[in-house]
Amino acid sequence: MQVGMAPSTSAVPDRIAALEQAAADAKGSADNSWMLASSALVLLMTGPGLALFYAGLVRRKNVLGTMMQSFAMMAAITVIWAMVGYSLAFGSGTSFIGGLHHVFLWGVGVQSDPDYSSTIPVQTFMVFQLMFAIITPALITGAFAERMKFSAMLTFLLLWSLMVYDPMAHMVWGKGGLLSASAGRFPTLDFAGGTVVHITSGVSALVCALYLGKRLGYPEEPMPPHSVVISFIGACLLWVGWFGFNAGSALSAGGLATSAFVATHFGAAAAVVGWSAAEWLKRGKPSALGAISGSVAGLVAITPASGFVSPMAALAIGLVAGVVCFWMTTSIKSRFGYDDSLDAFGVHGAGGTVGALLTGVFASSVINPIFKDAGGKALPSGAIQGNFHQIWNQLVGVVIAWVMALVGTLILLKIVDLVIGLRVPAEEEAEGLDLTQHGEEGYHWGTST
Amino acid sequence: MTKIEAIIQTSKIDPVKDALHEIGVEGMTVLEARGHGRQKGHTEFYRGREYTVDLIPKIKIELVVGDERVEQVVQTIVSAARTGKIGDGKIFLSKIDDAVRIRNDERGDSAL
Repeated sequence: MQVGMAPSTSAVPDRIAALEQAAADAKGSADNSWMLASSALVLLMTGPGLALFYAGLVRRKNVLGTMMQSFAMMAAITVIWAMVGYSLAFGSGTSFIGGLHHVFLWGVGVQSDPDYSSTIPVQTFMVFQLMFAIITPALITGAFAERMKFSAMLTFLLLWSLMVYDPMAHMVWGKGGLLSASAGRFPTLDFAGGTVVHITSGVSALVCALYLGKRLGYPEEPMPPHSVVISFIGACLLWVGWFGFNAGSALSAGGLATSAFVATHFGAAAAVVGWSAAEWLKRGKPSALGAISGSVAGLVAITPASGFVSPMAALAIGLVAGVVCFWMTTSIKSRFGYDDSLDAFGVHGAGGTVGALLTGVFASSVINPIFKDAGGKALPSGAIQGNFHQIWNQLVGVVIAWVMALVGTLILLKIVDLVIGLRVPAEEEAEGLDLTQHGEEGYHWGTST
Repeated sequence: MTKIEAIIQTSKIDPVKDALHEIGVEGMTVLEARGHGRQKGHTEFYRGREYTVDLIPKIKIELVVGDERVEQVVQTIVSAARTGKIGDGKIFLSKIDDAVRIRNDERGDSAL
């Protein structure tokens, strides 16, 4: 033995500890960098993604009003999330809603919270989840587009976030939640928000469309999209942002994030094929609006499944969602005659429900061993592995999300209707929301040089 | 002086303009217009909703020329704008009493 080695032998345990710490720090940094990037991607989905997607579909007199509805959520939900929303959704509490331990972000610092992730700062988790809380109410705005007062919209959606979104997020993702996949009474598999985001927003959208009534002149007066080009750009941004939404929901940067990323892309692509093929057969032409609507339907449906299913299952889910949502928006809506102006229910409500149920079919423990026995051995996840009971659990989650959205939205609309009034007066609706709600116009071509 | 108003297919604006330049027509006014004659509109589908578009985009060219050139200009427009299909458009002629060049008060034919 060389003389110089002697003193270091006593330091071996210390050096191992230091190496373990360095390895943990490296993993933490890797996970955190992906999670911060994902958070930014999810914000990109609301603005400009969803804002553009919806704005293109309305008439030109409502383009700014429609964009402002999404943008206002980016600001208003953020403030309320910091004050109380995060605590209600992710603090410890009952199985239905979180407590008030984290109001004003008390105790939400750069340390980690092992209940959610042991590698990233809990503040990263908080801001990632905030982006979900922003886009969910923004999705609803598609149902009451072109006719709701800005003040009523703001009040309703802030209350909705507290009374519907936060409890639902707590039940599915919060510690001790009723539907929590790891410890809940009815373990519902919802990787990135099929129930929490898309069923709640889609079903609430249907209630809004029915409660507010049709736009003036609908359906006799033609109301074609004022620019499918704008919607096209928005849909493409939604597709890109969705990688943060789903792959970010792994809360880490490893193989699970890759799996969710791949499933997301395959689900979207297959749904474009499904929607476009159905439209081509039925109408004779595959439209651009149909193709981009199909991509959103596929992204919605793959959301709950993304971290649980194989790429082939993702293709199947996307294909089904594309065809179902085409049928919902083109046939069912006109048969029942409600004016879900931008098809928030037809795409998010229907696509979310299809996706949540199919997750129970296609979930695989090979992709994500979410259920384990006492010895830590992976148990079957979905029906495809013989766990048919999971379809029942998914159904419970779906029904609770539907009921929360139906009842919550109806009560809140009634309150806001009594206090503020929901719709703009008829003459203001005819003039457009841009001028009457915001005092400006989206386009001044011809009058300004 | 005669005013020539030609309503033509949007795709024919460049051939017509070039042909008019070739025979020495110096000025014209071009408007983007919408309308229909015997050609009915077309239908569009947005998420299963059908819309009939019966006012179709057209181009309207207005120019005023001296009476001796009217036939030549009309024939030039017709041959440049014709596809032989329905929807090629129409040309309307009307008498003009006078013209004024704003820059220097010239009147009549010399103002054209």
